[in-house]
Amino acid sequence: MPDPRESIPASPPALTTDSGKSGISRRGFLKGAGLTAAGTALLDGVQGFTSEARAQSPHGVTEFGPGAIPVRLHVNGAEHTVEIEPRTTLAEALRIHLGMTGTKVVCDRGVCSGCTVWLDKMPVNSCMTLAIDAIGHHVTTIEGLSTEEKIHPLQAAFVKHDAMQCGFCTPGMVMTCAALLERNPHPSEHDVRHAVSGNLCRCGTYPKVFAATLDAAGTLRNA
Amino acid sequence: MTKEPIEDALTAQAAAPAKKTVQMPVGVPGYTLAEETRSVPATEPPVWPINKDLKYVGQPIERYDGLLKACGRARYTADVQLPGMLYAKFVNATVPHAKVVSIDTSAAEKYPGVKGVHVIQHVLGNAQLRNPALDPAKYPVVRYAGQPMAAIAATTPYAAEEAAALVKVKYDTMPFVVDDVKARDPDAPNVFPGAADEAGSAGGGGGPHGVAQTGNIHGPSIHKRGDSEQGFKDADVVVEGHYVTQVQTHSALETHGVVADWKPDLLTVYASTQGTSGVREELAGFFKIPLTNVRVITEYMGGGFGAKFGAGNPGVVAAALSKKTGAPVRLMLDRQEEHLSVGNRPSSDQVLRIGAKKDGTLTAIHLIAYGTAGCGTGAGCAGPAQNLYQAASLHTEENDVFINAGPASAMRAPGHPQGAFALEQTMDDLAVKLNMEPIDLRDKADTHPVRRVERQIVRESELWKSRNPVAGADQGPVKRGIGLAQSVWYRFVSMGSNAEVRIHKDGSLEVFSGVQDIGSGIRTVMAQILAEQFGVPPSQIAVKVGDTNYPEGPQSGGSVTTLSLTPVVRDAAWQASQKFLADIAPALGTTAGDLVLVDGEVRSHSGKVAPISFKRAASKMTTSQIAVQAKRIPDYDPKKYLTYGGVDVAEVEVDTEAGRIHVRRVLSVHDCGRPMNPAQTISQINGGIIQGISFTLLENRLLDPKYGVMVNPDLEQYKIVGSREIPEIDVRLVEAYLGQSSTDASGIGEAAGVVSIGAAVANAVYNATGVRIRHTPMTPAVVLAALRAQGKKMA
Repeated sequence: MPDPRESIPASPPALTTDSGKSGISRRGFLKGAGLTAAGTALLDGVQGFTSEARAQSPHGVTEFGPGAIPVRLHVNGAEHTVEIEPRTTLAEALRIHLGMTGTKVVCDRGVCSGCTVWLDKMPVNSCMTLAIDAIGHHVTTIEGLSTEEKIHPLQAAFVKHDAMQCGFCTPGMVMTCAALLERNPHPSEHDVRHAVSGNLCRCGTYPKVFAATLDAAGTLRNA
Repeated sequence: MTKEPIEDALTAQAAAPAKKTVQMPVGVPGYTLAEETRSVPATEPPVWPINKDLKYVGQPIERYDGLLKACGRARYTADVQLPGMLYAKFVNATVPHAKVVSIDTSAAEKYPGVKGVHVIQHVLGNAQLRNPALDPAKYPVVRYAGQPMAAIAATTPYAAEEAAALVKVKYDTMPFVVDDVKARDPDAPNVFPGAADEAGSAGGGGGPHGVAQTGNIHGPSIHKRGDSEQGFKDADVVVEGHYVTQVQTHSALETHGVVADWKPDLLTVYASTQGTSGVREELAGFFKIPLTNVRVITEYMGGGFGAKFGAGNPGVVAAALSKKTGAPVRLMLDRQEEHLSVGNRPSSDQVLRIGAKKDGTLTAIHLIAYGTAGCGTGAGCAGPAQNLYQAASLHTEENDVFINAGPASAMRAPGHPQGAFALEQTMDDLAVKLNMEPIDLRDKADTHPVRRVERQIVRESELWKSRNPVAGADQGPVKRGIGLAQSVWYRFVSMGSNAEVRIHKDGSLEVFSGVQDIGSGIRTVMAQILAEQFGVPPSQIAVKVGDTNYPEGPQSGGSVTTLSLTPVVRDAAWQASQKFLADIAPALGTTAGDLVLVDGEVRSHSGKVAPISFKRAASKMTTSQIAVQAKRIPDYDPKKYLTYGGVDVAEVEVDTEAGRIHVRRVLSVHDCGRPMNPAQTISQINGGIIQGISFTLLENRLLDPKYGVMVNPDLEQYKIVGSREIPEIDVRLVEAYLGQSSTDASGIGEAAGVVSIGAAVANAVYNATGVRIRHTPMTPAVVLAALRAQGKKMA
């Protein structure tokens, strides 16, 4: 295995934003900022971060990026190492770098939940989560919900109730509803509505999403 | 010029193919079911009975690709990654109206990772000047903020975005107008320096060509029937209303975009589109290459709702960048671009007048409508006024008003939600004035036999029976009300519908069509048809769609897909089964005429052959496969049953202090010929209702009058209903046989509630409060203003 430190620039260039059009936007700042010592809690997952690297920092603080660095992510039960810029979102790391395109990016700013994945069973918007913030967490994506042997009862219920049309919101819906069932085995329809209140479906499939989730809850309780 | 004899012979043959006479079920089972005679080509399959007597068709079969979608394994265009693929990003106009002096891409070209730059010479989507000489500029004139100007292809999405920001565009700005009422003023800045019409690729959403144009007003387009002046003279009662609806954007979850891979002999394009064949045609035409050199693939697409036809700017620009760079190029729009540059539902501003006799007989319908499709056309909304009721006279005038905003495109039942919002409220006004029940007035004015049945179902429903006919009767600040409205759509047949069925020697079955699944579930329906023919479960049929390598499929717009394609699939399956029986008959020691394929078995009329399974029979084929391709034949009786629709009932609660409207329950009674798969059909109707409620209560494209830009091009300030606003929806699917094709299916996408729910909600609000709201979106501010204007002192 090559020494991952080689990909860490000795003298990082200045911070950049993702768009020069209108100054630094809230999200541009989030995505553009290099990893600084403020993120030291995460550094264990950044490969090659050693006391030696820390000592070599020219700014007195530790910085990674904006160039690509190797990052170790734990996704669907397997370890993956990806070479990503620190500004890379978890959604981008999954879709572009790991080829796990089941997770969809729709609004790209945390309002539609199309990109929902779990961090340790907590549903998060992966478009608003930096990949480096997922270090040390167990990431579960739509691809990891079912196993080879067994379809997750919620996914089966989505098919049974026809809880999808174009299907683009479906992975996010499923991840949100499956997380609900993890924390509440006895949801009411109100609970389901509340859980998916951040999930946008443009085809208007909500009634069947409610029915499928309540049905799957019953299946899981009786399992 | 005299015709050659051979040509005459061919014409005669084409004009008189062998025919047979069949009896077909027509009408609504349980209400009006009868038989009608049709003369059909002899090659047509036997007539199907009504759904209850079929095994797979008409049943709620699970979505063929449901598990792929639920498990995140369905591959959309946004998911396509090809080796060496570049990421492209548009440079968009930042001003609403300008001549472009220069576009300097030098800094962008030098940016690390950039592999190609393309400056747009011909922008698609905007209306085009009848006299192009009026715009002699080198670059396309900017007619709206957000118009694509150039594009960058780079090795990462970041590099493309950063380089796009380095492109320097020098504008010579011009006065602009973004308010569609101000744009009608003779002194308003003109969006176009002369008359302009919709360009070719509007996807069915464009307005008429060649009509008069004065300033920004493109129209009127006039439609008349009878003498409306006389009609109003004959009327005992006249009602009139002024209705205003807003611009809505499609907001499909997957944005517009493509991955284009230009190779010398073949351009392969993965496209998020409603029409693989249309994308292919536009690209071949744009680059002047044969159709055979373009292949378009759409495995899955994340919603279109009318906006995704043709290659459009993303398609041609990505292909041009791929050609330049020699690498595949991905160009998916971002959410802001999706709101600005690839279509919307036009606004409307309508004055509608209806005259009637005391008994409810309509003597005249008169509509003057304006609306803006931005810098495109297609704001006409007279469809419902022209087609829902049979008034003695009719006069409609439709006008497009140009403003400096992105061009509209077709959106789910173009013009009809707007038109029905006015028409169905005016009908309710008329009912009040005539002291009639709204449902009785419609029985009088609407002769459509299926809607008559649908109104009967509404009459007998608990929901309608619970309606208090006295408007505003509830005490207290939160008032409950119930209203109804009707929907109309049309039987459009796409003759460009083709399919192929293959029977393989191992007994496996395949069906191919270039058609794309836009979410309505065409794969499932195609599998059901083969299942019905061959007696094999639908999940065992291999359905291959979304690729122009297959026989050309219909483009999915105007509710044509199921209606047009399913008879083709059935014809191909039937003809393949006949060829199959003829092929295996000798091996079974009998003749083709003796054999029949029933319930997955080959059986013999004569009893000479013991029944054998289809799979075993297939092993006796003399060839490795039997393939039959079929095309759409015209409807059996194209003069009959041209429209269909439904009736929607809404129950609302109006909080008269907060101004909030909550839709509690909806009863949605709809017909679509033979429903092929009720589960999928109900999904579409749920969707129509929900999109319609969203349009009625929330959605609004807001343009800043000072800067001419959209202020809410996102999904947080552009409000769309979510899970908590979804009413309880009770869909009653009405089987309505028409005797029109071998499957007798119609479409449902457009008629599915989106047309009528807005007016149903408004009529329910009137029933709750006694106040009529003629303006969408019915936000709390609009509701409170309407209550105040009518001097309603709330409890």
